[in-house]
Amino acid sequence: MLGQTAASIAAAVRSRKRSAVEVASETLTRAHQLDGKVGAYLTITDELALAQARHVDERIASGEILPLAGVPLAVKDNMCLAGTRTTCGSRILEQWTAPYTATAVQRALDAGAVAVGKTNCDEFAMGSSCENSALGVTRNPWDLARVPGGSSGGSVAAVAADIATLGLGSDTGGSIREPAAFCGVVGFKPTYGRVSRYGLVAFASSLDQIGPIAKTVNDASLLYAAIGGKDPLDATSVERPLEALPSRWREDLHGIRVGIVREFPLDVLEPELRTVYEAAYADLERLGAELVDVSLPTADYGVATYYLIAPAECSSNLARFDGVRYGLRVDEPNVGSMYEATRAAGFGPEVKRRILIGTHALSSGYYDAYYVRAQKARTLIARDFARAFESCDVIACPAASCVAFRFNAKSDPYSMYLMDYYTIPMSLAGLPSLSLPCGYVASDGAALPVGLELTTPLFTETRLLDVARAYERATFHAERRSPALTASEAAVSA
Amino acid sequence: MSAPSIDIRYVAKLARIALTPDEIATYGAQLDNLLSHVAALERLPTGEVPPTAQVIPASNAERDDVVRPSLSREAVLAEAPNRQGPYFRVPRIIAISDDGLRARHDEER
Repeated sequence: MLGQTAASIAAAVRSRKRSAVEVASETLTRAHQLDGKVGAYLTITDELALAQARHVDERIASGEILPLAGVPLAVKDNMCLAGTRTTCGSRILEQWTAPYTATAVQRALDAGAVAVGKTNCDEFAMGSSCENSALGVTRNPWDLARVPGGSSGGSVAAVAADIATLGLGSDTGGSIREPAAFCGVVGFKPTYGRVSRYGLVAFASSLDQIGPIAKTVNDASLLYAAIGGKDPLDATSVERPLEALPSRWREDLHGIRVGIVREFPLDVLEPELRTVYEAAYADLERLGAELVDVSLPTADYGVATYYLIAPAECSSNLARFDGVRYGLRVDEPNVGSMYEATRAAGFGPEVKRRILIGTHALSSGYYDAYYVRAQKARTLIARDFARAFESCDVIACPAASCVAFRFNAKSDPYSMYLMDYYTIPMSLAGLPSLSLPCGYVASDGAALPVGLELTTPLFTETRLLDVARAYERATFHAERRSPALTASEAAVSA
Repeated sequence: MSAPSIDIRYVAKLARIALTPDEIATYGAQLDNLLSHVAALERLPTGEVPPTAQVIPASNAERDDVVRPSLSREAVLAEAPNRQGPYFRVPRIIAISDDGLRARHDEER
């Protein structure tokens, strides 16, 4: 299964050339061999994976057609999987076992996927490097001295190191797309409301969205088709049926107008990175796309807007962690001091900062100046995109302003917040957006992946995937594999 | 929203998080810095703009008012940090004094 796509694994399992149990055993063995280095998983679910795989083989034998038959899946540890720890990378949930399964996870399993384990993330999905996890260090498979990005760093690293074939991540301001760019894989955030959030531990409810992580756009679309769609258990999941995926993918980009954002000039980037993006835009044009200039005048205010709205929602959502019903409790004689001691011990610095700023933004006297003003800015950002899409079909821009950086390189919280500069505006507007590999830059002897972000209007996932796949097919960037992966392959075959 | 500064002690009290003196100093400076950045929003012409709470048009979602399967009481209580029979156990909230019952919560203030 090494190096194979989800599509090819599922085809092999469906035609009974391979059994799901064989694929699961191979993946688990490899995960145990390799994950000491990468640290993608917080929990490897050996027994559960083998039980699921046996069940998949039975279903295949009984004639069921499963689109993800036997495909190894990494699940970010902020999604519930019944009977497994679901920690959110936090001390406050370190020992918490989920009593039920998230809808997105359940749908992937129903489609035949096999959960290999639960993956590391920034605590409660708040971060852009995975360094905010209280429970483990995840390393970038392209250079183990660097971060994988975040917050879905574990799921992304697992796919990049091929110790899972598909990953589930969650994206609030870029938490799927930025790590996907850093680790050279495809990361896809569907339109807000496309994928049920039931069983996803809430961070910022008006922004949180689950999405696929994969080696190829086609694989991402298979997982999306499995998990997407209305769920009665999430009132914000949209009724609108998923569009069918293309029966024939487009070969080129003739007739597609690609918007290049005036406010995201490439000359602010490092020269090597700029060269990669210039080549990527040229490739889009070479494929037949017409590049058009579009303007998102308010996008520059995205980070400021996001860092009021997301913390405000987080301060409310995380109020539930009070040591009463689940999770950590620090015993104190009074209820009030029990709350305060429990939350002090259970939350890490970034979570505390965001709860504090969110509490401030929502507090009496500041609500209009901060929270309401940010909500108005959000309206302006969404309007910018609507106007831009009058003259283009898809927007292309960098997924991140740099390649994967070294551990502890961003000591100032605000410099870390800027990592999501190119992903936050799309999240605020709720748009479907995807990052895929568009080249590599050399840094200290390592080749580090660069991600191109593509974005389309609300509910046009099919167009987004179709354009992304045409680009991917024509450029082959996605076929390059990480050194951690090739080294481990050499070790396995030796 | 000008003159950004945050009363960390007060906000931490509202948020129910005990902070050490070091944390008060560090987070105070970091959050003041963040507020100085978000002050940029003052430059946006937001006066007549309606606020966006949710980007996807949605109205109240209703379901049929029928009993559906749910987690068993045992499954829910299994994760309780402290329980007594079918209850979550917490420190005493009500105090008994000469003038009757009163919330210990109030005493703490």
